[in-house]
Amino acid sequence: MTSSTLRIAVPKGRMVRQVAELWQRARLPWMADDSRKLLIALPEAQLEFVMAKPVDVATYVEYGVADVGIVGKDMLIEHPRDVYELLDLRIGQCRMCVIGLPEVSRSLTGSWHEVRHRVATKYPHTASQYFREQGQQVEIIPLNGSIELAPLVGLADRIVDLVETGATLRDNGLTILDTMAMISSRLICNRSSFRMKQKRIVALCEKLSLVIDE
Amino acid sequence: MSKPKPFEKPIGLTDYIPPLVEQLRQVETTLLECMARWGYREVKTPTLEFYDTVGVASATEDQKLFKLLDRWGTTLVLRSDMTAPIARVVGSLLRHEPPPLRLSYHANVFRRMAEETSRSSEFWQTGAELIGDDSAEADAETIALAIGCLQAVGVTSFRMAVGHVDFVDGLFRECFAGDDTPAEQLKQHLLLRNYVEYRQMLHTLDIEESVRMRLTQLLSLRGGEEGRTVNEVFVQAKGLTTHRYAHEALDHLTRVWRVLSAYGIAEHVMVDLTMIGNLQYYTGLTFEGYTQHSAFPIVNGGRYDHLLSFFGRAMPARGFALKTDRLLESLWASTTSKQPQRKTMLVLYSPTEQAEALAFATVQRQRQEMAVTTRCVYPEALDWTNDATRMAYLHEQYDAIYRFGIAEQEGGGDM
Repeated sequence: MTSSTLRIAVPKGRMVRQVAELWQRARLPWMADDSRKLLIALPEAQLEFVMAKPVDVATYVEYGVADVGIVGKDMLIEHPRDVYELLDLRIGQCRMCVIGLPEVSRSLTGSWHEVRHRVATKYPHTASQYFREQGQQVEIIPLNGSIELAPLVGLADRIVDLVETGATLRDNGLTILDTMAMISSRLICNRSSFRMKQKRIVALCEKLSLVIDE
Repeated sequence: MSKPKPFEKPIGLTDYIPPLVEQLRQVETTLLECMARWGYREVKTPTLEFYDTVGVASATEDQKLFKLLDRWGTTLVLRSDMTAPIARVVGSLLRHEPPPLRLSYHANVFRRMAEETSRSSEFWQTGAELIGDDSAEADAETIALAIGCLQAVGVTSFRMAVGHVDFVDGLFRECFAGDDTPAEQLKQHLLLRNYVEYRQMLHTLDIEESVRMRLTQLLSLRGGEEGRTVNEVFVQAKGLTTHRYAHEALDHLTRVWRVLSAYGIAEHVMVDLTMIGNLQYYTGLTFEGYTQHSAFPIVNGGRYDHLLSFFGRAMPARGFALKTDRLLESLWASTTSKQPQRKTMLVLYSPTEQAEALAFATVQRQRQEMAVTTRCVYPEALDWTNDATRMAYLHEQYDAIYRFGIAEQEGGGDM
């Protein structure tokens, strides 16, 4: 990466299309989308895109191998980073919620000893901190996917997960017990890049700000 | 944690092998020499300090201090920076030294880092403190010295960002008329560099639209080499508030800028009025230095006018610390040229020639900038001096090989 190139970490997978749309609306150069490459250079625009796993984007940016990155707020809450959080891109919007079977919500207010205090989640730190603040001691069970399954098969009585439309929850007879945080994708920036490439980064933010949905 | 394996050491600690030590030493020497040329004299202080004095006074958060107990049960800390120990020395041993005092240091400092981050728990800092001078000249001098240090070790591409805690403080005091809660929360967002949360909080606050606008504009009060000029930023900043603290801060920064221009280094410096630094510690101007080859700041500094009073000698003060390890890393990344290596010589001798060989080595060590090693070859082990492969290896290792009482073989084999 030369000093004049701006390297952007993009989350691979379902967010790419929304990021691409936002970029194109802002008339910012974007890569050809049929590529399977992980590092894509646009030399004429002095840009490089790093296709990173979503959970790794913030790491790339914090350690300066990418100057800026697009990352879900859920990742930043779970693992706070020493970076600039510059823009709320208002894509990938959802809520981080505590979810359970309807009868759990009743038993929580009723006889407490009927509830096994087990919480399954992809966000063990966030969940643990949240329940401590609520004055509840719970057992956190870290899972990597299909979190909604946990209450259905009896692994946990509550889960902490992201809710977009709530359709999956309804289909599985689950209900939202509490909303913990509003989540969306953020533009983050490395501390050194923010100084050394200030002009380009400020320009990027200005262009994006104009087209971010209010 | 399971029992450590023999090669393991506690997390966050580093071994320095010879080439690294040589580089570190060179950087250290160059930096201290640069500081000496500006009239800063080096101090050394103990690794351990009392928790209740230096521990409490330091800028380091309590949970990051390494604490231990001495035999009377008093809590000690491993020093987490050098500024607090130096303030202690200035308030005690050096209390009769008239101000201003110019002191420098190079030391390892210790901070407990969260397990998941791969940050160091022990690292090197080379820094300077200028104590007992209230002027903008003195503030500018430390920035100029920090820049001089970076240039001395060969960092070419770097940038220094300068801010002032009183600007934000004055602006917030005016906007919130003494209501500390939102002001403290907004400062926290600035401190964590989270502009998203800062803007979101502004949206939820019950304040006049004009106040919201001014507080939003704060985020763009940044300029320097790229983009807007520093003066444009100062002019815009003056328009945002009439608070005395904020205006005094801007006047001070303007004076500092004039001095930096006189030094001829203003091109390396940018202004960022959103930068507030550690709130409990810094009392005025703060600055941070960056280079392209390091993802994190390589210099941190600023005014800390309250610290000296803790040690019984209230005086304005400012200083900075260069992160020596990061500097070393960035130099590794930026330079391809190796530093000149010391010449090496091997003296091989047979037991009968011992006195002559060792005397020769001594003379060589005195005479030349050379690393001289000696090795006795006993007759029963003489074989290997005939082994071409082994000798070729030695010739690669050493610039010169001298023999005493050992015949040289061509290609090895015949005696």
